[in-house]
Amino acid sequence: MGLLSDAAGNLAAARAQMALSLGWHIVIACLGVGFPLMIVIVEVMARRTGSDELMRLAKRWAQAAALLFAIGAVSGTILSFEMGLLWPGLMATFGPVFGFPFALEGIAFFLEAIFIGVYLYGWDRLGPRAHLASGLPVIISGVASAFFVVTANSWMNEPAGFDLVSGKLVHPDPIAAMFNAATPIETTHMILAAFMVAGFLVASVYAVGWLRGRRDRYHRIGFLVPFIVAAVATPPQIVVGDLAARFVAVHQPAKLAAMEGLYTTSNGVAEHLGGIYYSDSLHYDIEIPRALSILISGDPNSQVVGLEAYPPDQRPAVNVVHPAFDLMVGSGFLLLFASAWLGLVAWRRRRLPKSRWFWRLAVISGPLAAVAMECGWIVTEVGRQPWIVYRIMRTADAVNPAPGLPIGLFVLVFVYTGLTVAAVVMLRRLGRRDESESFAGARH
Amino acid sequence: MVLARIVVIELWIGVTAYALFAGADFGGGIWDLLAGGPERGAPVRGRIEHSIGPVWEANHVWLIFVLVTLWTAFPVVFSSLLSTLYIPFSVAVLGIILRGSSFAFRKEAQPMRLRRLFGALFATSSLLTPFAFGTIAGAIASGRVPAGIAAGDVIGAWLNPTALFGGFIAVGTCAYLAAVYLTADARRAGEESLVAYFRRRAMVTGAALSVVGLAGGLLVIRADAPVLFTGLTGRAMPLLVASAALGLASLLLLRLQRYVLVRGTAGLATVAAIWSWGVAQYPALLPSALTIDNSAAPDPVLWALAIGLGVGAVLFIPALILLYGLAQGVVAPESG
Repeated sequence: MGLLSDAAGNLAAARAQMALSLGWHIVIACLGVGFPLMIVIVEVMARRTGSDELMRLAKRWAQAAALLFAIGAVSGTILSFEMGLLWPGLMATFGPVFGFPFALEGIAFFLEAIFIGVYLYGWDRLGPRAHLASGLPVIISGVASAFFVVTANSWMNEPAGFDLVSGKLVHPDPIAAMFNAATPIETTHMILAAFMVAGFLVASVYAVGWLRGRRDRYHRIGFLVPFIVAAVATPPQIVVGDLAARFVAVHQPAKLAAMEGLYTTSNGVAEHLGGIYYSDSLHYDIEIPRALSILISGDPNSQVVGLEAYPPDQRPAVNVVHPAFDLMVGSGFLLLFASAWLGLVAWRRRRLPKSRWFWRLAVISGPLAAVAMECGWIVTEVGRQPWIVYRIMRTADAVNPAPGLPIGLFVLVFVYTGLTVAAVVMLRRLGRRDESESFAGARH
Repeated sequence: MVLARIVVIELWIGVTAYALFAGADFGGGIWDLLAGGPERGAPVRGRIEHSIGPVWEANHVWLIFVLVTLWTAFPVVFSSLLSTLYIPFSVAVLGIILRGSSFAFRKEAQPMRLRRLFGALFATSSLLTPFAFGTIAGAIASGRVPAGIAAGDVIGAWLNPTALFGGFIAVGTCAYLAAVYLTADARRAGEESLVAYFRRRAMVTGAALSVVGLAGGLLVIRADAPVLFTGLTGRAMPLLVASAALGLASLLLLRLQRYVLVRGTAGLATVAAIWSWGVAQYPALLPSALTIDNSAAPDPVLWALAIGLGVGAVLFIPALILLYGLAQGVVAPESG
């Protein structure tokens, strides 16, 4: 009796705990992937121009990155443990086939941790060239670890590289599992997202400064470098996002139907924006006739599969997936608009936009990018339910049935709340501190 | 199945490296905890912060290395362990996140009150984490983790004499290694009062660890985990003797003020102790439940892992040496 009821209660708690710790970590992880590139760019600019001001900016960012990296290292560790604490059923059966990319990610992360130490600690100890050279492995291994870890998720969406014989895994092929059909699109989508989130978030800070009148070179470069990095990633991201939706339409029609709030399989399907889903359809939504059919296949009369094609216990939660999808796409286009605004003004007038509306948009660009990225993960993960491994293993069959497990969720909510407050307070304090002692000096 | 044994050795090297390096970082936190009031303890805390600051994140990654290797190569061992021992693992995780974040925050914290709060969190979590890992080691070694998801006793598996003994030994080892390493660090920095401070602590913890570890430990283990006892006193005996001898040599070297040399002997004493456990329960991974052969993933997975980790090691080990060189002031090409 105890075991069954525990398993049911554990499932909801385990999903919430995983969502909280993954959703929290991923913002920090994006900064870990994207921030080093910006720091190295500013360091190159500082060394080229001999500007103390820019060197001060690079060092200030490095201090912030050191703080974020430390938090990211531990919040990422929690996730590794949670794979076993929360989902032992998944790991017991499928660890061999999709565990390998995690091992590669571990190595990439090792290199990132080592070189971030070398880069930070070697600022005044290494020569300029050696120091810049130590920044490169940080950038490369950051992107590589993002790639590897997302292949593990793409495998959960598009399982490959094994056979199942009466519930037992045979012929595992870790390489085929890693390079499954969903890998190219999902990894590209996430790596671009990481640069967008990191770039827009850092730029947001300096956009606030701009609105408050801090417009010297330090703040201008502090805004421009991250904003440009993010703006460059944005248009390709829209294209990759479109490819991702078409991929989902073919490979996971139930997820697409949930994204679009579509119940009835039909031809010439409209795109529905917003709305609430009940009694098998969307209400209070905005309808664009035939748009979904066009988006998915280019043919205005093409067929799109609805949720009715799936038994009720295999339909993802529309009221979570559909609004998350709309919010992601909406945020993405707003960010594209902001990027184009800066690009056009810079190209035609050779200066930064003057309109306060641009700067207000720039202030919210960071949070918008983070929201878009979180919503994207909600679409991917909630849209895959009830499966943890698509069409192969149910999430309910993977969860740890141990009694008392949900207590961990409450502890973690408490810890992450404290951590969020502390991180924000400490980063703000770091930003405000005007006096610039050298970074290495601070470590002495 | 030679391949599975190679992966087990890689895994055990990861465990050993984590204990030697990250263990000492936790030990630093333990000495921070015991350093006394904010004024009296300031120089000690400063020394600890400077010693572990540049390296603790890299040292921490050995743990990730162990986890991913375990779940890929021995998935049922991983799942059985984490699901049955979810309480000590959760405590360890909590300790890890509090230790890492509060250490990073403390460096930037301005008002003394805030600094002390983060400092207290850092120090207590540095004690909590190795204790939790020690109980996990004891739970495994005494054969209390059966095969299967949450198949064991979620409380009794780690709340027993061998597991608690493991917790104390882990905490003691961390404190001992940290004191030994910090003595040499203080000497290099020319902080003579701290040299004496850490040297005294290294000698006391070293002596205590020898007495408790050998005498007390063998009594506890003999009564509570007879199978482990047979292994330790049988096949693993040479390693245990080596560990004890190296421990004694370390005490002597500390007395002779050979601080760089004693790093080696103290480290090796720890290595010998960890490998004696491994040898004692070989070829079992979860004694009385799973062995290397009946829990290893199929060969293609092991090949990929062995090669991947090997290539990875070629990349990260030189990098790690560079980082340690920088942190220890050995590598200083230009501004020196």
